[in-house]
Amino acid sequence: MTDQTMTFSGKSQSWTRAKTGWVIFAAACLLALGNSVLPAGLNRPPEWLVLPFADWINAIFAFLRDDLGLLYLTRAFADGVEWLLDVTANLLYGKNRWPRIGPIPWTVIASIGFVIGYALQGWRLSLLTGGTFVWIAVMGQWKWAMETLSVIVVAAPFSILFGLVMGILAWRSKTFERILNPVLNIAQSLPHFAYMIPVVVFIGVGPKAGAIVTIIFSVPPMIRMSLLGLRKVPHEVIESGHMCGSTRWQLLRHVRIPTARTEILVGVNQVIMQCLAMVVLASFIGMPGLGQKLLQLLQALKIGRSVEIGITIVLLAVMLDRCTKAWATKQPEHFEKGTSFAVRNKFLLLGIGLSLACLALAQFIPLMDQIGRRDAFTISKPIDAVADWFIVLIDPVSQWLRWFLITWVLIPIRDAFLWMPYAAVLALLAAVGWAIGGLRSALVCLAFFGLIAMSGWWDRAMITVYTVVVAVSIAAIMGFPLGIWGSFNEKRASIALLICDTLQTFPSFIYLIPVVMLFGVNDVAVVGAVVLFAAVPLVRYTIEGLRQVPETLIEAADMSGATRMQTLWKVRLPMALPTVMVGVNQSVMFSLFMVIIAAFIGTQDLGQEMQRALSSTDVGKGLVLGLAVAFMGLMVDHLVTTWARSKKEALGLE
Amino acid sequence: MTAATPVISCKNVWKLFGANPEQYLKSLTGNPGFDEIRQAGYIAAVRDVSLDIAKGEMLVIMGLSGSGKSTFVRCLSRLIDITGGEVAVEGQNIGEMSEKELIDLRRNKMGMVFQSFGLLPHRTVLDNVAFPLEMRGQDRHARRARALEVIELVGLSGREDYFPRELSGGQQQRVGIARSLAIEPDIWFLDEPFSALDPLIRREMQDEFLRLQEMLGKTIVFITHDFDEALRLADRIAIMKDGVVEQCDTPDQIVLNPATEYVAKFTEEIEKSRVVHAGVLAREINGHSLTGAPISEKQTISELARLLVNDNRDFLPVANAAGSLIGAMSRQEALDVLLGEAS
Ligand SMILES: Nc1ncnc2c1ncn2[C@@H]1O[C@H](COP(=O)(O)OP(=O)(O)OP(=O)(O)O)[C@@H](O)[C@H]1O
Ligand SMILES: [Mg+2]
Repeated sequence: MTDQTMTFSGKSQSWTRAKTGWVIFAAACLLALGNSVLPAGLNRPPEWLVLPFADWINAIFAFLRDDLGLLYLTRAFADGVEWLLDVTANLLYGKNRWPRIGPIPWTVIASIGFVIGYALQGWRLSLLTGGTFVWIAVMGQWKWAMETLSVIVVAAPFSILFGLVMGILAWRSKTFERILNPVLNIAQSLPHFAYMIPVVVFIGVGPKAGAIVTIIFSVPPMIRMSLLGLRKVPHEVIESGHMCGSTRWQLLRHVRIPTARTEILVGVNQVIMQCLAMVVLASFIGMPGLGQKLLQLLQALKIGRSVEIGITIVLLAVMLDRCTKAWATKQPEHFEKGTSFAVRNKFLLLGIGLSLACLALAQFIPLMDQIGRRDAFTISKPIDAVADWFIVLIDPVSQWLRWFLITWVLIPIRDAFLWMPYAAVLALLAAVGWAIGGLRSALVCLAFFGLIAMSGWWDRAMITVYTVVVAVSIAAIMGFPLGIWGSFNEKRASIALLICDTLQTFPSFIYLIPVVMLFGVNDVAVVGAVVLFAAVPLVRYTIEGLRQVPETLIEAADMSGATRMQTLWKVRLPMALPTVMVGVNQSVMFSLFMVIIAAFIGTQDLGQEMQRALSSTDVGKGLVLGLAVAFMGLMVDHLVTTWARSKKEALGLE
Repeated sequence: MTAATPVISCKNVWKLFGANPEQYLKSLTGNPGFDEIRQAGYIAAVRDVSLDIAKGEMLVIMGLSGSGKSTFVRCLSRLIDITGGEVAVEGQNIGEMSEKELIDLRRNKMGMVFQSFGLLPHRTVLDNVAFPLEMRGQDRHARRARALEVIELVGLSGREDYFPRELSGGQQQRVGIARSLAIEPDIWFLDEPFSALDPLIRREMQDEFLRLQEMLGKTIVFITHDFDEALRLADRIAIMKDGVVEQCDTPDQIVLNPATEYVAKFTEEIEKSRVVHAGVLAREINGHSLTGAPISEKQTISELARLLVNDNRDFLPVANAAGSLIGAMSRQEALDVLLGEAS
């Protein structure tokens, strides 16, 4: 069969593929329809098929921990990290540890923020950076924010260093890269919680564990970006380094790494954003700081106060993102000859001067040193009032929506997913895989979901799949029209893209605030949060895809007398589809992450089990659940990239 | 090493790009053409090139885009490993050199200017130029002094603190030239070093190069697309096509006696009289009675044009720089060069 298809030309090959896909699809339908007469072994994975992966993983971990003594190693590393954490904790919020000179007055940090922002890009960034610190201090959140930042300050450099070294190793050795690549793929699709459980086993809970899980979680993008940067160094630059008689080390140190600066700094940006996202979530393993506060307040349904914290987290995220991006894009500039030392180093001097001034003033004016809870402002009352008013206002709508969604959408769809025999689901996926990428893709789909079936968490996994499917569909219904609307003129598009980019920098946790506010703590809130989170990449890539359509094609359509709608449907959308699908892919990934995070407000899917595994520190279970989620993501990723590649080839876009 | 040993000597140098070039090269018999190799999935960038470059010589390589000039020069400096053959620098096979020896060679003997400059984007002009000195481990002060010297030489004084991004193409190219000059290399590879310069600076730089070569006896391999430039500079010109050196000879010989049809076509547009020197046309005296003032062997036929037209001697005496007679030039032959052969 395959031999035959190989000899066909491209067109008939895909036709055969589609046909085979349909045949398997028909089989899947048969399996589903015959549900009631199906042997039990085809309905749910029979017991002999379910393998004790969790026990195996636990055995491996026990071996690593006890027999290999890895525990000592990790504990030693963790102690080193803890020592650094204590230093930053003392400096930033006055924890009673060496060097016992902190806390640094908030005005000093804010003024340094102003200067850094100004030096990197100008007064706008300066206002953002300094303003963020002022807001934090004035709102009385200094200690929490500094608890969060003190971890990032320690974790990010470690991640950057590890990532760079691994990137260099991968660049040096093809074998290492080949091993690393699938590991990175899985690592980047594992949900946050899957990282936490092993860390809790090896290190325990608290800031130390939070820092280490943050380090591990944020390394992968740095590896990717370092590798990319090193690959992109122009050939002639390296050759000129050779001709200057550089040794290998000199070449790496003076030529390759500095020339790859931009990519490496983009990696730094991603590391820091990942760090922030993880630090906020690490509150689940006892990491104090903004995340923990937000978690407590959300659980107590204190909307006003959680909005305040949410604003702080958002400000921090946007500030860190903008600063590191400005740093990455900043190109060196020369000073005119004879420029004095003071002018050359004006920002450094300004920073030192302002800091000293603030330090001196803080000795006399206590408010410039610390702002206690009592002196702090709060806007939680008016926010609460507005929120209450708003909730009452839309209550009939949201009540109805909740009722409608639960009874007519969520429950029926969930039941349908749970009703499906697993054999039918596998056949269905194989059909889709075959239609898209032939035998190979069909096997990939079967392997990923087959493993999920063998993990023994089939029903839970189906609930996760259902939540993601529903959420991404709703997100698509909202996101595509929004994206199309946004792409119609250039100005609108750039504003929409800016908003999407900014929304994407927010840690996922933030998206829970508005939905909890509107829907309370239930299923609808989970779906709502996932929808919000998943819609952003959809809108973004729809706009980008539509914008990239070559002008000449649209002109050609106009000249053939197409109306705007016809141009959209017949020319722009088909051309944009591959890019849009990248958005769908990301959207699915984001949803999977979000579903798992949202578990703590009540779901019955893999996420809930993950939370249980976390509280009972069951590594095996946690990793099995995490991998199940990762496999769903990887399968979608495989299907979408395969599809997009063939589509792009067909459209001659590449 | 004796004075007669060539500085660079290539024997049957091959460079193929492709999946498994060494093996493919071994399997080759006879002398397959470019297209034949292409059929097998390989690109023949350099094919069976053998030539020697003497000390103090300026060899100019010319050829169409993609003919393998840059690749050939990279083979000479071992920036790329050759597929077959042998390249020796000062009698030493560079293919067999250890990494350390190679680094020493490059630190002390070789310099190269790259077609697209290859500047380090994060370093100032000064630091770029000082880079090879830094690699050698020279101290900061000496580095700076020497770098400033060469920056002055290429006319970029005052721009030491600029970054490459802040310079025009021509200025960047001059930074590349300055960098290669910094270590005073004996052997110098120049890949279209003047392509981005304006005519005025280009001429100045050419003069500077000629001066350096005469004064310091540097060996230079120079790639250019500009025939006038080649004529001004070259001791010999090598013409490449599809990786093969079609002819490598003095400019006079290339225009007077093109070895292949391709060379003939390549030089078709050139005014021969501007290339050919009297010395080349000088024949043995063979009993002709020579009268009148001798002409210099260094003069081109076009420089002698007025004399050739006005003079009525059949044979003109030709003298070398010292003033002694070296032969006689047939006026008819010279006029043929000047006006084209009478048909
Ligand atoms: N790294 C490489 N891999 C594959 N093919 C290459 C590589 N480098 C060069 N080539 C091929 O070798 C041939 C010769 O290239 P080369 O750069 O030497 O040409 P060139 O004569 O310098 O041209 P130009 O005048 O445009 O600089 C070209 O066909 C080119 O495509
Ligand atoms: Mg070239």
